[in-house]
Amino acid sequence: MSSTATASVAAAAPRSHALWAALRRNRLSWIGLALLLLIILVAFLAPWLAPYDPLKQNIIYRLEPPSAQFWLGTDSYGRDVLSRVIYGARVSLLVGFVAILIAMTIGSALGVLAGYIGGLFDRLVMGLVDVLLSFPTLVLGLMIAAMLGASLENLIIAIAITEIAPFVRVARAPTIALKQRDFIEAGRALGYSPLRLMGIHILPNMISDVVVLASLWMASAIRTEASLSFIGLGVPPPTATWGSMIREGFENILDAWWLTVFPSLAILLTVLALNLLGDALRDAIDPKLRSE
Amino acid sequence: MIKFAIKRLLLAIPTLLAMLTAVFVLVRLVPGDPAAVMLGDQASAEALQALRMQLGLDLPVHQQYFAFLRDVLSGDLGVAMSTGRPVLREVASVLPWTLQLTAAAIVIGCLFGLPMGIWASLRRNAWPDYVGRLFSLAGLSFPAFVSAILMLLVFAIQLNWFPVISATHTGSWADDLRNLALPAFNLGLIMMAYVMRVTRSSMLGVMGEDYIRTARAKGIRPMRLILRHGLRNALIPIVTVIGLYFGTLIGNSVLTEIVFNRPGLGKLILGALNVRDYSLLQGLMIVFASCVILVNLLTDLVYGLVDPRVKYQ
Repeated sequence: MSSTATASVAAAAPRSHALWAALRRNRLSWIGLALLLLIILVAFLAPWLAPYDPLKQNIIYRLEPPSAQFWLGTDSYGRDVLSRVIYGARVSLLVGFVAILIAMTIGSALGVLAGYIGGLFDRLVMGLVDVLLSFPTLVLGLMIAAMLGASLENLIIAIAITEIAPFVRVARAPTIALKQRDFIEAGRALGYSPLRLMGIHILPNMISDVVVLASLWMASAIRTEASLSFIGLGVPPPTATWGSMIREGFENILDAWWLTVFPSLAILLTVLALNLLGDALRDAIDPKLRSE
Repeated sequence: MIKFAIKRLLLAIPTLLAMLTAVFVLVRLVPGDPAAVMLGDQASAEALQALRMQLGLDLPVHQQYFAFLRDVLSGDLGVAMSTGRPVLREVASVLPWTLQLTAAAIVIGCLFGLPMGIWASLRRNAWPDYVGRLFSLAGLSFPAFVSAILMLLVFAIQLNWFPVISATHTGSWADDLRNLALPAFNLGLIMMAYVMRVTRSSMLGVMGEDYIRTARAKGIRPMRLILRHGLRNALIPIVTVIGLYFGTLIGNSVLTEIVFNRPGLGKLILGALNVRDYSLLQGLMIVFASCVILVNLLTDLVYGLVDPRVKYQ
């Protein structure tokens, strides 16, 4: 057992080297990484960075354009847009991260099980994947969120369901390949339980690929979160989220451009950062998907 | 070819049935009594009972399920509670708008995406390549409503080139086109990004092949080399991507229609959400998913047209 464990560690080591090599080669990915770290930092330090309380209304300062006092202006309730954009980062990152974590756990578990067990179970799981993929992501998320009702938990569940299918596919293919390998054969001969083989011997051999792709799909999860908030199915007000800020600002789009432009830029930068980073990482793990 | 088409069509049937089952389950996830949700707090017990009967909610679940399947498969998507009109007619009355928008987006996406992708692949690791890659990545990063709002701010409000609200029927061709321009470009931008990326990587693969070198050695004109020998062989992944991202496109058309206040499936879905019209939502979901399944089917069939080497077995 210990020998197979070291074997899998040894196999994983060059892979992480490859990741770093890819990051070094692809200069755009550094911009992505720097941007992402900055956004995470802003989200964590929100209470210290935000100049005002994001929920504090002030009728005197309604719809103020950007100025020295309010760098990004104020909204129709007199709330500071900069503070709300800063706090909005928390919701986007939290929803994106937790939703992908759930999708990754369920999706890769299903993928490994389907690949290992095969047969009818495999057909059923892949059928489920086909069904999930037959709905446009946004429409599926919108329906689930609408059926469950608007709340943070339901939003996360809805987005997680829309992102499960690709994880199943990514985990299933390598499982089918690994199942044939000698060390799994050996484990089976030694009488290890299927659960142990899957959990200790198959999963660690592919988990780095799955995690890398998760960073790419977190971009899509954050995009869905923003879109659902824009439609009005996100975290209910008055919580500051980028999507709902744009939704509220849209009513004043003719005379208060700053209400929509700044949260828009925040969404764009976050998704772009994740995409820049994810693209480089994906090139590193899968030469077939390479964009060069 | 015919045999393959029939076989492929048969393979779509289980997916279709499973999709309908998923919709059936999802709609029954609504907490509480759908009849009570639809009629509101003030409804009388008789009215609730009548609606439950009408919706078939008083039947056992398996009977509801088979009744649902029978209705949908015979082309009956039920009646929209909010308007009292058949769901299918509601959909049919706005579908041309959405189809017009998505078709225009695909045309724009290919018209710009293909040449940009080819150019980037020919100037690999030079500035056209970097600009193109950054541009396409930005295109993939924009949620459709963000790019729509920025376009609206710049081109309609600041520059006043296009109407802020896309009017419904104006009668004149030029006005229709002006109304379509911004939404179509917004949606086309996303398609452009996808098409550009896949064209670039597919062309890079093909242009490195031996037969391209041979053709070049024979002195074929560059244009002919790129289009006939290169692009023709690079088309399959491009067609796949266009088909694959149709779902993304139609989802994004929902957001685009909302921002530009354009009639279509997006506005219909938003209206249904606002009045909690579950029968209309259920019908729309079936329509959206059927569109995606149909386009996937067509994509598979189109392979043979763009690449004669594909043998349908």
